Amino acid sequence: MSDAGSATGLLVETPVIERVLGAALQRGGEFAEVFVEDRHSTSAVLDDGRVEELSSGRDRGAGVRVVVGETTGYAHTADLSERGLLAAAEAAAAVARQGGGRRVVALEHRESVKRNEVEQLPEDVSKARKIELLVQADEAARASGNAISQVSASYGDGRRRIQVANSDGTLVADDQVRTRFSVSCVAVGDTGMQTGYESSAFTVGFELFDTVDVREVAAAAARRALVKLTARPAPSGEVPLILESGSGGILFHEACGHGLEADHIAKDASVYVGQMGEQVASPLVTLVDDGTIGPEWGSFAVDDEGNSAQRNVLIEKGVLTDYMWDYLRGRKDNRGSSGNGRRQNYRHLPMVRMTNTFLLNGDAEPEEILAQTPTGVYVAKLGGGQVNTTTGDFVFGTVEAYLIEDGHITEPLRDANLIGNGPEVLRRIDAVANDFAMGPGTCGKDGQSVPVGCGQPTLRITGVTIGGTAGD
Amino acid sequence: MTDTVSQEVSPSPAEGELLELALRIAGAAKSGEQLEVYVSRGVETDVRAYEGEVESLSSAASAGVGIRVVVGGRQGFAYAGTLEESVIKQTLADARDNATFATADEHVGLAGPDGVAPTSLDLWDDAVLRTPSAAKVEMALELERRARNADARVRQVAFADYGDMAAEAAVASSTGITATARRTVSSVAVETIAGADADSQTGVGFCAARGPGDLDLDKAVADAVQRSTRMLGATKARSGKCAVVLDPRVTSTLLAVVSSALSGEAVTKGRSFFADRVGEEVAVPTLILVDDPTDARSFGASTHDAEGLACRRNVLIENGVLRGFVFDTTSARRAGLASTASAVRGGYATTPVAGCRALLLSPGTLEAADILSRVGEALFVQSITGVHSGVNPVSGDFSVGAEGLMVRDGQLAEPVREVTIASTLQRMLQSVLHIGADVEWLPGVAAGQTVAIDGMALSGS
Repeated sequence: MSDAGSATGLLVETPVIERVLGAALQRGGEFAEVFVEDRHSTSAVLDDGRVEELSSGRDRGAGVRVVVGETTGYAHTADLSERGLLAAAEAAAAVARQGGGRRVVALEHRESVKRNEVEQLPEDVSKARKIELLVQADEAARASGNAISQVSASYGDGRRRIQVANSDGTLVADDQVRTRFSVSCVAVGDTGMQTGYESSAFTVGFELFDTVDVREVAAAAARRALVKLTARPAPSGEVPLILESGSGGILFHEACGHGLEADHIAKDASVYVGQMGEQVASPLVTLVDDGTIGPEWGSFAVDDEGNSAQRNVLIEKGVLTDYMWDYLRGRKDNRGSSGNGRRQNYRHLPMVRMTNTFLLNGDAEPEEILAQTPTGVYVAKLGGGQVNTTTGDFVFGTVEAYLIEDGHITEPLRDANLIGNGPEVLRRIDAVANDFAMGPGTCGKDGQSVPVGCGQPTLRITGVTIGGTAGD
Repeated sequence: MTDTVSQEVSPSPAEGELLELALRIAGAAKSGEQLEVYVSRGVETDVRAYEGEVESLSSAASAGVGIRVVVGGRQGFAYAGTLEESVIKQTLADARDNATFATADEHVGLAGPDGVAPTSLDLWDDAVLRTPSAAKVEMALELERRARNADARVRQVAFADYGDMAAEAAVASSTGITATARRTVSSVAVETIAGADADSQTGVGFCAARGPGDLDLDKAVADAVQRSTRMLGATKARSGKCAVVLDPRVTSTLLAVVSSALSGEAVTKGRSFFADRVGEEVAVPTLILVDDPTDARSFGASTHDAEGLACRRNVLIENGVLRGFVFDTTSARRAGLASTASAVRGGYATTPVAGCRALLLSPGTLEAADILSRVGEALFVQSITGVHSGVNPVSGDFSVGAEGLMVRDGQLAEPVREVTIASTLQRMLQSVLHIGADVEWLPGVAAGQTVAIDGMALSGS
């Protein structure tokens, strides 16, 4: 492998990139970009009481994008030699037919602002130490209760070095290190099997484990499975809902996050089209997308188009204040990107993506909200979700939920999906507490997955439809 | 569905070249060591049209290698997204090192030849490689044009895509495995938006085939238009118990979920509600479920599994009775059985696991219209959401978002949205009323047909 350019943090030397950009514009493109990526990852899985597999991998390559009018050409290659990059540039340029002649591109290297320093690169940590974490988690999960019948623990780290250069003269690099740990458990009881899951994931190095005790992660997963052994079917129909802090940021990710992505807006495929400056949510709702918050899972220094991460207020006191933008959507609307251009890897075109999306604190005390809710459902943890941005209809699943009776949490409920309509649900938020927390997630869009963060304080929704089977 | 490509970037590899490479690396096995090399290479093309223009055209070629080493029941794995010899050498060294950290397990080991001859299958259409990019671009543009002009109620075409891929893989091992598999897929997909403002509805239509010459653009457009326009004016339905009639696409999704509970890996590790139930009645007597990758009509068809064994037909549920599971080599050994040649893998970057490729419910005799006329009042489910968040193949709990149309007097009636349907997978299999004759071969691990299921809990207003 070539480490040329590593002294400057660049994967490919600047004169080479300049020549590749020149070639990309040869046939008349208006904008060209080279995205270079070098990714190392390690994962280890303990399952069924055994360390099953340690896996390590490397993916390295570059993608070249050429924009002509409304058309984008893209080609990628795993060959980072000048010859390989030039071939990709020519393939991407094939969308341009006017023949604009060679243009000279001069790049200026911009230092990216580091949001947090990685203290301990995972690659410098022994594999044995990583395995040890898995064993600790397995023991802790199994010690949580005799009913725990199966435990799977998973460790993963990844280092993703990127370099982005474009014909506007941008040249910037980023070194993104992420570390994660998760545990899933199965518990067996009279009513069959139940599952529990917990994870901890941050944009940090191995120092993650200075603050995160994997035994606690394991115990949380085990407890979640055990609790559900005595769970009864969730209700069916519309119910008041309390979301515990940090448990359900996915609600905002689905209820409005995706609908505020400028690509959906441009195609009139979002319920939030034409709503700028309008009251789209309860006045208690202030929603932010922020890629700059140090160690969170969706953070980075620069996005995959070379723009610095930003903090963007999307909804302020219920009023829609902004959408999220990438380079192309920003250019079309004569404004800049908001630092939301992301891609899964060099094989993909970037698009508008969220970073860390969260609801800001309100004034209420979480205990008060519960006490003032006579009946309903209390969600301690949500799983995934899905939205149709055009209709605004979205679902999100519970993985730990309880019945609320007389202002108290009572019986555990089996897993169910909840369904609602984005703007409707946002208007029905009538209480927001002061206990903000957030967590990691993986967001899928158009076949591409990227790490994101989601967060919220404890809050109440006056009515949402829950899809249980109670009443059988 | 696919990413994309054009021929300029990378010519198709000569046949046999991949296998040669895999064999050469596998030949480096040391004594006492099992070594498996999986090499894959593919090209893709993706075109998206919007408002009469090409929104994007991507062309890509990718290749990679995944190496498994087993020493004394300990498995290590490493991969690289390149076929450069120097990187492959390092990858092999990494896999060997990784193996030293695993726990020894007598069941862990590579596949060996089992004497089953592969079925000859034609899953390759050269047209994917021969067709010029310009013609693929024209298909996407034409698809968008037809979708825009198909129905006055369609106000927007959210996407109109052409995509194709040609992929080849070879696997060779020190335990005597040598196999190659290759396939092409070509598809168009389109999403229409009907209606305006508060009453906007979406529908996705697609068509997939082995090559671009077999794609039916009008079918994809008609499907999208029908799905979006018939939902106009949809409202919530009232909560209650009812029968549901599943669209073939929904049935396919449902079977994919059931398949994860039929994986030998899940079963042997106590993560399936089917565990310990072989020989028991788990479904209605009319239900026969088979995984048959040797059926070339299936998009999951393959001559070989991911460990290089010849694919074969596996009967999983016969007349409602659970007959068995799908196994890869390791999970089969754990169960004291032989592999069913059902190893699947997500590409060079992951290890093989047991999984279904080509599920099919044996078709019944009724067409969709006959089923509608027999179910009484029911919900016809056009699409479901939240499958990954609301269906648990371990516990069997099932709760998903649904949209569709009410069935009244044997006909499709008013549209319904923003409701959920719930039950358990166990109960649903025991409550199947009808299995349609209208099999649709769909991308993914299962074909689908119209299926009616009784006694679902519908949550709405």
